[in-house]
Amino acid sequence: MTLLFLITIFLLSCFIGYFVVQNVTPALHSPLMSVSNAISGIVIIGALFMAALAEKFDFQEVLSLLAVFFAGLNIFGGFAVSERMLKLFEKKDKDK
Amino acid sequence: MIAFEGLFLIYLTSAVFFILSIKGLSSPTSAQKGNFLGIAGMILAILATLLVIPSRNDAGILFALISAAVLGIFWAKSVKMTALPQMIALLNGVGGLSSLLVGMAQILRHQEHLFDTSIGIVIGAIAFSGSIIAFFKLNGMYRFKRFQYANFLNIIVLGVLIFCWVQFASYNTISWAYFLILTALIFGGTITMPVGGADMPIMISVLNACSGFAAVGIGFAMSNIVLIITGALVGASGTILAAVMTKAMNKSLFQILFLKDLQTQNTDMEDKIARTASIKDAAFLLENANKVIVVPGFGMASSKAQYALKNMTFLLENKYHVNVKFAIHPVAGRMPGHMNVLLAEAKVDYTKVFALDEINPDFETADVAYVIGANDITNSAAQSDPSSPLYGMPILEVFKAKTVIFVKRSLNAGYAGVENPLFFADNTLMLYGDAKKVTEEIIAEL
Repeated sequence: MTLLFLITIFLLSCFIGYFVVQNVTPALHSPLMSVSNAISGIVIIGALFMAALAEKFDFQEVLSLLAVFFAGLNIFGGFAVSERMLKLFEKKDKDK
Repeated sequence: MIAFEGLFLIYLTSAVFFILSIKGLSSPTSAQKGNFLGIAGMILAILATLLVIPSRNDAGILFALISAAVLGIFWAKSVKMTALPQMIALLNGVGGLSSLLVGMAQILRHQEHLFDTSIGIVIGAIAFSGSIIAFFKLNGMYRFKRFQYANFLNIIVLGVLIFCWVQFASYNTISWAYFLILTALIFGGTITMPVGGADMPIMISVLNACSGFAAVGIGFAMSNIVLIITGALVGASGTILAAVMTKAMNKSLFQILFLKDLQTQNTDMEDKIARTASIKDAAFLLENANKVIVVPGFGMASSKAQYALKNMTFLLENKYHVNVKFAIHPVAGRMPGHMNVLLAEAKVDYTKVFALDEINPDFETADVAYVIGANDITNSAAQSDPSSPLYGMPILEVFKAKTVIFVKRSLNAGYAGVENPLFFADNTLMLYGDAKKVTEEIIAEL
């Protein structure tokens, strides 16, 4: 894939990000941070690629596996804590 | 090749899911669905990758994933809501760290796309070490005042960082990569250390943005669109939050990173007298009000007063038919949206909780403004006194209420170090003490 193509993707994504995030209600700014933490764990894809490239057990593989672990921590921790926070914002009549 | 095109499409789908998950946060009613979409997008991307790219060490990957799941979910379930800023700070750091590790593995593995990778590495390293420092600061384990040569040190470290970067870009050697990582780690630490406690929401947002842009760098290096799109999304989110916070504090990012905290003003505080109220006075005022606006600040979080506040609200509404609203300043607390989460935790109906712009016109008709553990965000000098360091900062206009009740530990100035003239206003009553205890005592009187 050419660099220009990737730059196009990046630039347009920044605009999408800008407009989507602008619409987030201030009351949910904390969950916004935890959700964005969780989805930034997508770097796990890179970690999985690097882990798959390892031909033998070496330092690179250790780094990749550590990256899988930490990105996973972001994903699971981030989504779980968002879920917990967002539950608090449920309408009360739903609780009953 | 078909498998890879399929993978591309799946990644694109995941990216769309992530965009929709953030979009879901535009309203509390759609937010949980949004979170669910985010989870779905993540599962899709991970499963597809695992299926299409076979690895020699599937057991190791599975082990890493499962231990992350166990630890991450346990962490998320056990963290106290008041300790959320610390958790968010650590998650930012962990995000940066994973980009850093992927980048390092990549540099060691192939010798291509090195410059793209180094962007991911440098930003990731800064996000990592910066967040660790932010975590310690938020946890109160470590108090670090801006020392005299902090800016000098930052410039030196930044200079070394740029030097290492140029060296790495021109020679592409592993040892320069290590130097680059080391200086980026140091820079993340030295840039975060001097940032003041009240500026932490901004710093957390900046570090959040960094963890996103680090993923973008890795995405460029690996030509992976889902990393680029998601990273840009996270980067935009952190940047916008930082912009919202800086605007709400009437400060620039430059000021926060490089300038000294405002000095405490030498004022004639001794000459002025702040009127003190008794618990009974406060209870009487609250009972007989038609409209009460509660203004919480970090003091509510630190004394965990949100449950007491909820009980007080419940009593006032149901026993005395008082209209109770909550007013949240964008920078109240230690992270964006901190107060909202705590109030939601205490089951305060979110439709009664209002943001700065929504609530300000209401103060004029309010009988009582109940300011609990907040100070700077109500400082009327921000509007009336051009010589005040806070001048120009948007505030909650509590001074317009008929009576202002301040629940505070002392008359001391807030984090900004600026005296609040409101304490000495004729319509202000001070209630000294712990936010939670005072509120509970009022409840006993109601």
